[in-house]
Amino acid sequence: MSERSLDTFPRLLQQHAAVRPEHPAIREKDLGIWQSWNWSQVAAEVRALACGLSELGFRRGDSLAIIGDNRPRLYWAMTAAQCLGGIPVPMYQDAVALELEYVLQDAGIRFAIAEDQEQVDKLIECRERSPGLEHILYDDPRGLRHYQQPYIRSLDAVQELGRGRIARQPAFIDAEIDLGKAEDVAIMLYTSGTTGKPKGVCITHSALINAARGGCGFDRLGPDEEILSYLPMAWVGDNLFSYAQSLLAGFTVNCPESGETVMTDMREIGPTYYFAPPRVFENLLTQVMIRIEDAGATKRWMFHYFMDVARRCGAEILDGKRVGSGERMLYALGNVLVYGPLRNVLGMSRVRVAYTAGAAIGPDLFRFYRSIGINLKQLYGSTETCAYVCLQQDGKIKLDTVGIPAPGVEVRIADSGEVLVKSGAMFKEYYKRPDATAETIDADGYFHTGDAGFFDADGQLKIIDRAKDVGKLANGAIYAPNYIENKLKFFSHIREAVAFGHGRDMVCAFINIDIGAVGNWAERRNIPYSGYTDLAQKGEVYALVRECVEKANAELALDPALSASQVHRFLILHKELDPDDDELTRTRKVRRNFVAEKYKVLIDALYSGKTAQFIETQVKFEDGRIGKVSADLRIEEAKTYPPSGVKKAA
Amino acid sequence: MGAGANGGKSIGGVVLGLEGISLAFGGVRALQNVSFDVREHEIRAIIGPNGAGKSSMLNVINGVYHPQEGTVTFNGVKRRDVNTHEAAAQGIARTFQNIALFKGMSVLDNIMTGRNLRMKSGLLAQAIRIGPAEREELQHREAVEQIIDFLEIQAYRRTPVGRLPYGLQKRVDLARALAMEPKLLLLDEPMAGMNVEEKQDMCRFILDVNDQFGTTIVLIEHDMGVVMDISDRVIVLDYGKKIGDGTPDEVRGNQAVIDAYLGVSH
Repeated sequence: MSERSLDTFPRLLQQHAAVRPEHPAIREKDLGIWQSWNWSQVAAEVRALACGLSELGFRRGDSLAIIGDNRPRLYWAMTAAQCLGGIPVPMYQDAVALELEYVLQDAGIRFAIAEDQEQVDKLIECRERSPGLEHILYDDPRGLRHYQQPYIRSLDAVQELGRGRIARQPAFIDAEIDLGKAEDVAIMLYTSGTTGKPKGVCITHSALINAARGGCGFDRLGPDEEILSYLPMAWVGDNLFSYAQSLLAGFTVNCPESGETVMTDMREIGPTYYFAPPRVFENLLTQVMIRIEDAGATKRWMFHYFMDVARRCGAEILDGKRVGSGERMLYALGNVLVYGPLRNVLGMSRVRVAYTAGAAIGPDLFRFYRSIGINLKQLYGSTETCAYVCLQQDGKIKLDTVGIPAPGVEVRIADSGEVLVKSGAMFKEYYKRPDATAETIDADGYFHTGDAGFFDADGQLKIIDRAKDVGKLANGAIYAPNYIENKLKFFSHIREAVAFGHGRDMVCAFINIDIGAVGNWAERRNIPYSGYTDLAQKGEVYALVRECVEKANAELALDPALSASQVHRFLILHKELDPDDDELTRTRKVRRNFVAEKYKVLIDALYSGKTAQFIETQVKFEDGRIGKVSADLRIEEAKTYPPSGVKKAA
Repeated sequence: MGAGANGGKSIGGVVLGLEGISLAFGGVRALQNVSFDVREHEIRAIIGPNGAGKSSMLNVINGVYHPQEGTVTFNGVKRRDVNTHEAAAQGIARTFQNIALFKGMSVLDNIMTGRNLRMKSGLLAQAIRIGPAEREELQHREAVEQIIDFLEIQAYRRTPVGRLPYGLQKRVDLARALAMEPKLLLLDEPMAGMNVEEKQDMCRFILDVNDQFGTTIVLIEHDMGVVMDISDRVIVLDYGKKIGDGTPDEVRGNQAVIDAYLGVSH
């Protein structure tokens, strides 16, 4: 074998199999026990799978749909497809058949790999209308024994076929890997589609490897890192962290037993490198807060006392700033009594680098994690930029920025305020959509992110909102809905908020309460309720939410530019916003326009001064049935504050 | 969805036969001359209005009640009286309408109790966990882990059963019954009090148990949709008498059944 450059994922895998064959590459918890595969075993599995796919007729340039939870074999399938010059297309595991069908047809997919019966059933349903889907392969055979369709096979059978091929033609797969080029498309990810139909983002080996290399260098990630892969495989972050960076640095990926066991599994593994969207950090914090409220008086007092200490100096200590020795000693005591145990409960005792991205994180939430000694940082990126644009540097963390441009990335702010990016880690094109590609990549090669932001005095990028969402109130004041919503969402009782105000004389908002936190709060106060709809309309809950809104208003009042954006009137929605009803994207971002249209009658009521409004909404249950939820929604006013920032300015 | 009730499985000979069963509590005649059989590998549903004698029927099968008349043949052995303990030893397991679990014990421990009859080492050996007893426990733990995986309750291994929501408790109840590796599984209203999603999950589990382990299942259920979807054959009781017996389609078309149970308007 001649010396080859490590510019495709299959070659990276071969390299690890040669250099660190015994090093654990991937683990999966199965039947209560962690099973692991080392790099040489993974390489063998991937080769068998690739040869098996080839036996079934998988050709260079073919796409391979992958749908399911994070499972070792699904990751191997990605590399297997790449060995053959194919393109893996991971899909969201909770997507309904119709959404899958769109991708299957758009990408002209002939081969699909499903995790289990649930996904196979969806694919069979798709196949009725997309006959182009020739093969359905599955990982977990449970419940599938009696499926007689000739086009359904187990991955075991495929690997068996592959081993036959290897015995006959041992050189075949190496020759295929040799044919791979860095500029081949390595993966295709469909954008969540906040606007319009999803588009397939084609990412080359070289782009993804550039992003991985930059990130690994930036945070000095080596083969000894442990990462828990629990985020959807269809999401660019998982591809960067659990796939590309693991294959580049050679570190270990751990697949949890099931979606519900992530917390326990995380405690057992103790990852050193961790990624989660703000929502996960938020949920964790909510759970901690709920449990603390249920704890005994001494523990509660201890927790609150030391959290106050941490709030004063924790983040500064982590950043290596100067802190008085008295505070330092208190913090050290707190570390033994509260922060250490807390990090342990969260499974974050060994976390060296943690990142969050995907949505803005509340400053208080961010500071909470940093103050208890978790090196949580923010990064900025999108599917098109391989989640690799800006990263925060250790020791130079600001709460409201996303850091400096990552190595090899050029960031420019357009006159409109939009953030433009150029780097070696950029997508090649939108699949079969040259029009859309031309729209987002300009003649100079800059990608238009669609985000509005600016660089602060230290050269760190600050993102305020989506460029298209930033609007103006009727009086001309700037209105950034995300900014307001994020302020509201930081309160543990509020799960989701949608603000309105563009072209209006004031800002109003829809609120979704957090059923876990508010439910617990209600139980402790002996407030009976039958479900979300009932709880949401309780007077006590309204009072609770009003308090949160008013606190947010007080904070908004501090910023002269944003004080006009205080929320004047709000209502609590009668149902939770749900991706199944198209109100949220699969990554749980609000589809603002869709929600505004669907609940137009509520918006009208907010602005017409009514105190209540009846609404009936169609909802889709998880099994696909359709039902109706109706309620008389109360509308309440919140106190607003005069802009206090003005004084300082004067 | 995918494989329906008859997804290619082969139904064998009769494993359980009931002949002329009559059961009375004083003047109340709970069952009157009821006969039916259950074949190997089938899902057999018993339906009927409240007080029709469905639970009594299950209690006769696993030996809680002893019928005044009639015989029960299980695995070719004819019997009149059998106690619950013997029934369990012969391979009959059941779940209960009002969950019968140890609320303060963890899910794992509860399911382990289902292995009790299969443990060979003595009380003392188990208590101090010496050599063979430890090996045996590991073996049983492995079997239990298979069931935990099967019923997808990995997240709750260490959770006390009393803290779980109702639908999950039902699932643990089923897990405990399955841990016995029964030949015949009796399910008393496995879906009572569940929401649609929980019911759907439970249906899938019942079908999977039947399919993967080949367990013969007798179930009582009120949800007609569920019964008609998953059972191979249905028996209908009314006031302690059998008024219908056959495939779901046959039962659906049976006039006596329609009048008695499903309502005349159907």
